[in-house]
Amino acid sequence: MTYLAKPKLHHPRLPTNKLGYTRRDYEGAVSTLCAGCGHDSISAAIIEACFELDIEPHRVAKLSGIGCSSKTPTYFLGNSHGFNSVHGRMPSVLTGANLANRDLIYMGVSGDGDSASIGLGQFAHCIRRGVNMVYIVENNGVYGLTKGQFSATADKGSKNKRGVMNTDLPIDLVGLALQLGATYVARSFSGDKKQLVPLIKGAILHHGAAFIDCISPCVAFNNHPGSTKSFDYVREHNEAVNRLDVMVPREPITADYAAGTVEEIVQHDSSVLRLRKLAADYDPHDRIAAMAYLQQRQAAGEIVTGLLYVEESAQDLHDYLGTVDKPLNALSDAELCPGAEALEAFNAMYR
Amino acid sequence: MTDTSVEDRPTGADASKPRLAPTDIRNPDYFHKVVDCQWACPAHTPVPEYIRLIAAGRYSDAYMINWKSNVFPGILGRTCDRPCEPACRRGRVETDPVAICRLKRVAADNKDDIRARLPRPPAQKNGKRVALIGAGPASLTVARDLLPLGYHVVLFDQDPHAGGMMRTQIPKFRLPETVLDEEVGYILDMQPELRLGHRVDSLKAVLAEGFDAVFIGSGAPRGRDLGIPGRKEAAANIHIGIDWLAGVAFGHITRIGRRVIVLGGGNTAMDCCRSSRRLGGEDVRVVVRSGFDEMKASPWEKEDAMHEGIPIHNYLAPKAFTHANGRLTGVVFEKVAAKYDDKGRRTLVPTGEPDVHMECDDVLIAIGQENAFPWIERDIGIEFDRWGMPKVDPVTMQSTRPGVFFGGDAAFGPKNIIWAVAHGHQAAVSIDKFCHGEDIRERPPPNVNLVSQKMGIHEWSYDNEISLDKRHKVPLRELDVALKDIRTEVELGFDRRLAWLEAQRCLNCDVQTVFTSNLCIECDACVDICPMDCITFTENGPEDEVRTRLKAPAINPTQALYVSDSLKTGRIMVKDEDVCLHCGLCAERCPTGAWDMQKFLLETAQAGTACRSR
Ligand SMILES: Cc1cc2nc3c(=O)[nH]c(=O)nc-3n(C[C@H](O)[C@H](O)[C@H](O)COP(=O)(O)OP(=O)(O)OC[C@H]3O[C@@H](n4cnc5c(N)ncnc54)[C@H](O)[C@@H]3O)c2cc1C
Ligand SMILES: Cc1ncc(C[n+]2csc(CCOP(=O)(O)OP(=O)(O)O)c2C)c(N)n1
Ligand code: SF4
Ligand code: SF4
Ligand code: SF4
Ligand SMILES: [Mg+2]
Repeated sequence: MTYLAKPKLHHPRLPTNKLGYTRRDYEGAVSTLCAGCGHDSISAAIIEACFELDIEPHRVAKLSGIGCSSKTPTYFLGNSHGFNSVHGRMPSVLTGANLANRDLIYMGVSGDGDSASIGLGQFAHCIRRGVNMVYIVENNGVYGLTKGQFSATADKGSKNKRGVMNTDLPIDLVGLALQLGATYVARSFSGDKKQLVPLIKGAILHHGAAFIDCISPCVAFNNHPGSTKSFDYVREHNEAVNRLDVMVPREPITADYAAGTVEEIVQHDSSVLRLRKLAADYDPHDRIAAMAYLQQRQAAGEIVTGLLYVEESAQDLHDYLGTVDKPLNALSDAELCPGAEALEAFNAMYR
Repeated sequence: MTDTSVEDRPTGADASKPRLAPTDIRNPDYFHKVVDCQWACPAHTPVPEYIRLIAAGRYSDAYMINWKSNVFPGILGRTCDRPCEPACRRGRVETDPVAICRLKRVAADNKDDIRARLPRPPAQKNGKRVALIGAGPASLTVARDLLPLGYHVVLFDQDPHAGGMMRTQIPKFRLPETVLDEEVGYILDMQPELRLGHRVDSLKAVLAEGFDAVFIGSGAPRGRDLGIPGRKEAAANIHIGIDWLAGVAFGHITRIGRRVIVLGGGNTAMDCCRSSRRLGGEDVRVVVRSGFDEMKASPWEKEDAMHEGIPIHNYLAPKAFTHANGRLTGVVFEKVAAKYDDKGRRTLVPTGEPDVHMECDDVLIAIGQENAFPWIERDIGIEFDRWGMPKVDPVTMQSTRPGVFFGGDAAFGPKNIIWAVAHGHQAAVSIDKFCHGEDIRERPPPNVNLVSQKMGIHEWSYDNEISLDKRHKVPLRELDVALKDIRTEVELGFDRRLAWLEAQRCLNCDVQTVFTSNLCIECDACVDICPMDCITFTENGPEDEVRTRLKAPAINPTQALYVSDSLKTGRIMVKDEDVCLHCGLCAERCPTGAWDMQKFLLETAQAGTACRSR
């Protein structure tokens, strides 16, 4: 952590976005995490993504649970809404908030302990309900905040800092998210912002449940030889299936790519996800094939990253429930209490 | 294994092109250049080092650092041309540079009696005799450097007091006599042999006295004249600026007419007009051929003149002096405009508009200064070029005659005090080596020290918090009081509180970011925290191209890129030094100590045993 606040001065030619904000305007308080923590890089990537998308800070709600990862919303988007909930309960709070006000951009920030250990049930239901959100797990394989115990995503056979081996099988959150119906699923690495920033942008623009599993080394407790979540290990085993560029609004393609290596996905809001294929046979539209592919590569010791699955015309919880377009918290008394006659008519439907 | 970042390698990164080599931080120039102010200072004064001492209230220590480098801290703290300030990083990071010059004055104003800390000439002389011709800042610097080494120094000047143009030209309202006397006195206390009050008319005669070396610091004493119609007829009220200022300094001139026109746009013109305002001039105006921005005077000198109610008229070329009954009545000017050719060269061409006549009682001509060496014989091995300037080696300061050295305005034409001092130091090194039979072209390296400032996990031995204050203004005496007496100093200087605030604006550019490649785990923490986007991890390539793809493109080619060895991922760390705040956040956030903040102290070698090889 750092005692000195980051100086207000910034680069004299720091660009501004359409709203007139610089990237620095999307920062939060100075981080109190350990120096070098992967989580700080993810915060920087979120800042970059929101800056590039010209997002109005007051249109974002950041929600988190408990853990070093769950502390990070304090360190980005200092002018956005925030809710630091109970351990593992972020998904329920987020679901409730989203139901009350569908107009905000929901960013759920969690850890592997928060989501795969104590909060696994909450995670599962939030995903399967298709809540329109960006759900990021900052995955370091340990409970960083409580000094480095193995979490439920730690690989079997990996070793903790004192050399003790983990004997439990890991929970693969990407596999679960696919199986539970998430409509935008990605994996990335805190040490590769070129990959991570576009994936976050795509997730923000996605209408539906977007899930990103971001491997994020814990420099204090899980960055040693024997760890499978260390900088060195992830760099050596990282297999990206594709590279993403996100464009809003639609802009002409300027770069030249070999035919058949680029695919464009037009999302709900006409934003364009341009995918450059790295693994020739990988199809991010086939949920079942994706699940099989991931399991095969995982068995081969690889960490597959990239945009793993996307459903461009996805629906969300509000679509399923048929709620009104207007946010519930903005409805007037007259709309919420239509009167005794309306109640009578309603009750009559069930007689 | 796929290094994912390699996918994004720009097409420009062609392996056949030259790639950036790792920075050699053992070359003292590398970190020296990062300390922009010190690098820009001709005498290489360790600026941030003394500013920190001022902030700590250690004024005497701050003074001594200055005194060692630039010999005249109290004088320069009021009058220096301050090449350091336009170079100051703060000016690029925010709007205005740190008020370096006026902080120097604070050290001088607030110090204790430092005489006990000054070097003393040894009882045992070294037997070498050196003549210094002219007692301006250049010669005085040579004297100060050589006297403590045991040299017998003889100081010649035509004026009765030492100080050169610092005494005869710079008006007292900018530089009080007490300050001048004190700092010149420190050198005279080292007891050079003084031959003041008589002019040297023959260098041959001086050489005949058998000196081991001779230094010529005779300045550029001749003011340029303006030969336009009416010059002769109205001569009684037309004065050459520097002669007039000397007359004022010596007290021979105490009055001037009510309406005064000063011709010229340099600092001499500014001193002439401001002096006139104090000697009876009420309608004083400066008239310049060029535009306002192209005037030679420093911006602050122009500001000070205008503050005293002196208008500056631009684009007017003097055409004739008008006179009646043998008395000056005014000046006729032709209106001109600036024209630029396709090479960007400027010429001033008449606009064809009607001429302007300005009435006045006196004219001061301040259109330039020239060297003159009528007293140097041309047959004694000292070669001059076709402009009448001596051929002088810019490093050793030696003329074409071994053992005869030049410095200050005499060497390369009119400059300023700090350049005279810098020349003096280098000439003293040369003289010392020359007198000991050494090759003067072998220059001694600077004394360099690089020390970590880390004290604890979040503790540094320097104050790394960045002040957001804008440049503080130096308080001035009220105008009506200031204009009453030509000896009243106009600037009051910073008080201790303002000095502390201004000192906080210094970025400590001498506390260097030092990178150790093999410790870096490429976690990006430093990249993310850096408030100025200085740091990038990227693929190697040719410099021009790498500069364009940094986190913030490095468009200032005068500022270096700090380049690491190849890292584990095959990338390099590139830091653009341009706008680094030296805040140390990169080092605080680095988990492995790959970044450290280390204080770089460079002292230029001065004459003495350390500069000699034997
Ligand atoms: C009006 C004016 C204002 C200035 N203001 C500033 C300022 O604010 N800041 C700044 O940095 N610079 C200023 N300068 C410039 C600065 O004064 C000079 O650059 C500096 O003094 C040069 O130092 P020097 O040692 O080379 O020579 P000088 O200071 O010129 O000293 C030369 C000495 O040699 C003597 N001398 C010359 N020939 C002989 C001879 N034959 N025999 C005996 N003695 C001789 C002269 O009498 C003189 O005392 C100003 C100059 C002028 C004209
Ligand atoms: C209900 C409850 N149980 C246990 C804890 C203790 N606790 C705090 S953080 C944490 C684990 C956090 O791990 P993770 O979500 O991976 O975050 P990290 O610190 O690794 O980023 C635990 C178990 C708690 N705060 N609340
Ligand atoms: S303990 Fe680990 S996860 Fe927590 S801040 Fe430190 S490095 Fe990051
Ligand atoms: S000291 Fe480090 S963090 Fe601070 S501006 Fe310089 S490079 Fe950036
Ligand atoms: S913080 Fe340190 S270890 Fe991390 S990338 Fe920067 S220099 Fe390397
Ligand atoms: Mg964790």
